[in-house]
Amino acid sequence: MNIRQEFATKGAIRIEHVDKVYHAREGEVQAVADCSLEIRPGEICMIVGPSGCGKTTLLNAIAGFHDITGGAIYLDGELLCGPDRPKAEPGPDRVVVFQNGALFPWKTNLENVAFGPVVQGKMGRKEAEDKARGMMADAGLVGVEHNYPGEVSSGMRRRVEIVRALMNDPKVLLLDEPFRALDSLTKSVMHEALLEIYYKNKVTIFFITHDLEEAIFLGHRVAIMTTRPCRPKKILEVDIPHPRNYSVLTSPRFRELMEETVSAVHEEAVKAFEAGEKEM
Amino acid sequence: MANARLSSAGEIGAWTMFTYRFSKWLKSPTPYLMLVGFGIFFGAWFLLSEVFKFWRFASLPGPREVLLEWFNPNPTYGMSLYTPDYYIHIWSSMRRVLFAFLIATGLGVPFGLFLGWSKNFRDFTFPVFETLRPIPVLAWVPLAIVMFKGDETPVIFLTTLASFYATALNTMLGVQSIDESYPRAAACLGASRWQIFRHIIVPGALPFIFTGLQISVGVAWFSLVAAEMVSGEYGLGYLILASYVNVQYVVIIIGMISVGVVGYASSALVRLAGDYLMQWRVRELALGGR
Repeated sequence: MNIRQEFATKGAIRIEHVDKVYHAREGEVQAVADCSLEIRPGEICMIVGPSGCGKTTLLNAIAGFHDITGGAIYLDGELLCGPDRPKAEPGPDRVVVFQNGALFPWKTNLENVAFGPVVQGKMGRKEAEDKARGMMADAGLVGVEHNYPGEVSSGMRRRVEIVRALMNDPKVLLLDEPFRALDSLTKSVMHEALLEIYYKNKVTIFFITHDLEEAIFLGHRVAIMTTRPCRPKKILEVDIPHPRNYSVLTSPRFRELMEETVSAVHEEAVKAFEAGEKEM
Repeated sequence: MANARLSSAGEIGAWTMFTYRFSKWLKSPTPYLMLVGFGIFFGAWFLLSEVFKFWRFASLPGPREVLLEWFNPNPTYGMSLYTPDYYIHIWSSMRRVLFAFLIATGLGVPFGLFLGWSKNFRDFTFPVFETLRPIPVLAWVPLAIVMFKGDETPVIFLTTLASFYATALNTMLGVQSIDESYPRAAACLGASRWQIFRHIIVPGALPFIFTGLQISVGVAWFSLVAAEMVSGEYGLGYLILASYVNVQYVVIIIGMISVGVVGYASSALVRLAGDYLMQWRVRELALGGR
């Protein structure tokens, strides 16, 4: 079905019975409960659920921004966080691309992309910038190296941010609704751009979204999550072969998969709506 | 192609940017509105005090009287653009403000950065800071004279105080204003705590720091005048006080306008320095049409 996945040997995430309880003003909030999910090395795993369902909490736990209150998460068999170590250390093996973008506005695009290897002391500035230039060129980002992020289009900013993550040769890319703020046309361009980048780089992608179409178009598998507390409700294997392009969207198989899952997602969305979950 | 246009924008230097913005400024209503504003202000002053001699304004020196004295080679009260003393007053004040501003910046920026960055540091210093902050400069005068020797140091201390508060507070707010995804992204990319401080916290707080510095330089001017009224033998504040004692109201107004002009110029300089250091922000604002 997919050649890449078989070659990839790193970037397996095992999420085992993870719990996360927040202490909010209105008392304890169970954001994630008994969530288990296995992400295969080199796959694009899409996490779909209504806004505020607790998907981001899961991502924050993997990235090391938040602790978990139960269970454990492993990356390639190594413990990231668990009972004795509730919070993982953030590190360049799991790089996050943020919902609203987090390119540093005071650094040029090139300096942003070169940032990782330089602060880690793995490369000198010159060397890192040479590599950054090459990677940006591969991603179609020529001529914007010396612009600040605020000067280029939002679609381009997202691409720069993804390249900045890939500069570190991470095992996993953690994408938190990265295309949410983009208009639908830019979004479709970004989907193909992301796949193109993915085909060239050996990396596991953990991709959070609430857009089912996006999920099925990009993912090897789609995990549909229940609304708070968050846990997988249904896992869909997308048997449309990679490499994919936008013609997939009109294929009969794509329609079938949409039909198969749309009711499950809708059900959760209604539950979330009735529970009065606010947009987060 | 959009890319080509953007890349050429990337190579635009600070000077080209400045001349471009200046010529755009000249074509906009801004400078003319400014002139109208000054015109109305001085016109109203002139009419009220010299033409209609309206109510209490009659006892105020009018702008014509002030200008005549200011540009008089043989001033009635001994103070005009032609007397060397006038420049000694301005120069002493400028030097004091410069020292005070540098000290306030040198202490206030790091202090504010740590206030915003470390919760522990904030917890034990911020309450003290907030208690000292509302105390007016004039209340410090006697203590300043006791604590510091000489004529200059107490004045500089008094001038520094309020500037320090403005700088530190704005810097702290600047650190707190930084979107949490920036330090998180930096941590993901492998930055240490110190690298996050240097690459994220400092540049991220810079827009607020410069707002603070602009306030700070203005505040320095008005604390200076208060401080010089109490001690010092030269300076615009001293000039104003001495003229009050000698009932020379025209000179008071010359002193006041001089403070205003030099103060305006100094905050404009701070703004320029900020634009120079924050090209990314200038360009972002320029794209937004500002």
